[in-house]
Amino acid sequence: MREAKTVEIVTELDIVTARKIGRDEAKAIGFNDVDQSRITTAIGELAKNILLYANMGKIVIEEMETDNLKGISISSIDKGQGMTEVHKVLEDDYTTSSTGGGLPAVKRLVDSIDIESKVGKGTTVKAVKWLS
Amino acid sequence: MEQIRKQYKKILSDYIGNQSESDLYIGQNFIKRMIQKNVTPEEVISIHKRALEEIYDDIPDSVLHGYDFLIEVMVHFGLKVQEHQALLAKQEELRIEMEVAAKIQNLLLETEVPKPRGVDIGMISVPLRKMNGDYVHFMHDDDRFLSVAVTDVVGKGVPAALCMSMVKYGLDTLEYANSNPSYVLEVLNKIIEKSVDDSMFVSLCYARYNLKTNVFTWSSAGHEPSLYYQAATESFHDLEAKGLLLGILPETKYTQQDIELNDGDFVIIMTDGVTDFREKEEFDPREKIKELANSYRHLSAQAMCEEIYKELQRLHNFKLVDDFSVVVIKK
Repeated sequence: MREAKTVEIVTELDIVTARKIGRDEAKAIGFNDVDQSRITTAIGELAKNILLYANMGKIVIEEMETDNLKGISISSIDKGQGMTEVHKVLEDDYTTSSTGGGLPAVKRLVDSIDIESKVGKGTTVKAVKWLS
Repeated sequence: MEQIRKQYKKILSDYIGNQSESDLYIGQNFIKRMIQKNVTPEEVISIHKRALEEIYDDIPDSVLHGYDFLIEVMVHFGLKVQEHQALLAKQEELRIEMEVAAKIQNLLLETEVPKPRGVDIGMISVPLRKMNGDYVHFMHDDDRFLSVAVTDVVGKGVPAALCMSMVKYGLDTLEYANSNPSYVLEVLNKIIEKSVDDSMFVSLCYARYNLKTNVFTWSSAGHEPSLYYQAATESFHDLEAKGLLLGILPETKYTQQDIELNDGDFVIIMTDGVTDFREKEEFDPREKIKELANSYRHLSAQAMCEEIYKELQRLHNFKLVDDFSVVVIKK
């Protein structure tokens, strides 16, 4: 198993770097072309959220392996303002989002998503997609 | 998915072979099945790309890269489709909830048209949407008094319906049909002014009919004037009343007036949905209602209500613009 890869997200260029690393990782794990695109898109959305809401943070991309499953985990870690109502950010916001992005999109692109957030401390989002 | 890939490849290669219209038609039907199976747009392109690769082994890399690009950009399209599906599911949830609410409202606001001796009563109340913002409430005391409240909440749909439940309970607490109409309005006004949102107003016409003396007493809070037909003179009169809508000022006073009903006379109480012909400027709806009532005056009060409704609905091209309620009280 390869080592976890970390990309610091400070500017928009870093989003592209994180996407590139994620795509290569997904390909190496054995994801098909569509899933590679989905994983990359999820990384892009998470990284963009870091810039939008926390100014800076990092994306950690890691290969996962259990007895009979392989997959990829993408974590977005920031020390931003955090939030209180975690469930709300996963709901589609029909009034403002017209491009279908953000965390609701990430949730649809992967198999599972977990969010930990503390007001004033920051947010960690972990998204996992398994190779089917 | 493998099955879909194979079938797609077959249809695609058939089409490439002879470019027949029938293969295009088959292709379109096939994509409908793919949609039903929740195959996303980016997956369709991926399936297409792979099918082409399998049919031809000499596709230039540049073309394949072009497909990779398309798969990538279509991911967001796929997300939008999924969001749309989630929205539809949510809408269905709301629709079911609304239907249950409408049923509960119907139970709450159910009113029985009384059948006292010596006077014939008809009523129709049709909501524009699922929930009714109009309400007709009858009370009847052992052949002495009959009273009716015709109510219209300014606004439609759910907020209006919720407000209406309160009006109903306000009326229920009054209990007796012999209360003075002006007093009823003053009590209801206080209840509504206290407990309902500032933007919610109610118009109400309250009428009491003395079954012994045939005196009809009415009071109105900003309600559409009722129509009174006097058989002796074969003429219609507006039952005007200048009361403020309920729920605006706490200490509003209301006045009441009397008329005596004689054989053949009738009164039509209605909500403003009945006279609302906003798209026909030249048209005088009250004149039309008089004309209709006059031509149907030989019918029972209930039949009159129904005929008036049918005719006005037709004039609206079967698309009413507001909740619609009519009560006819006929001596």
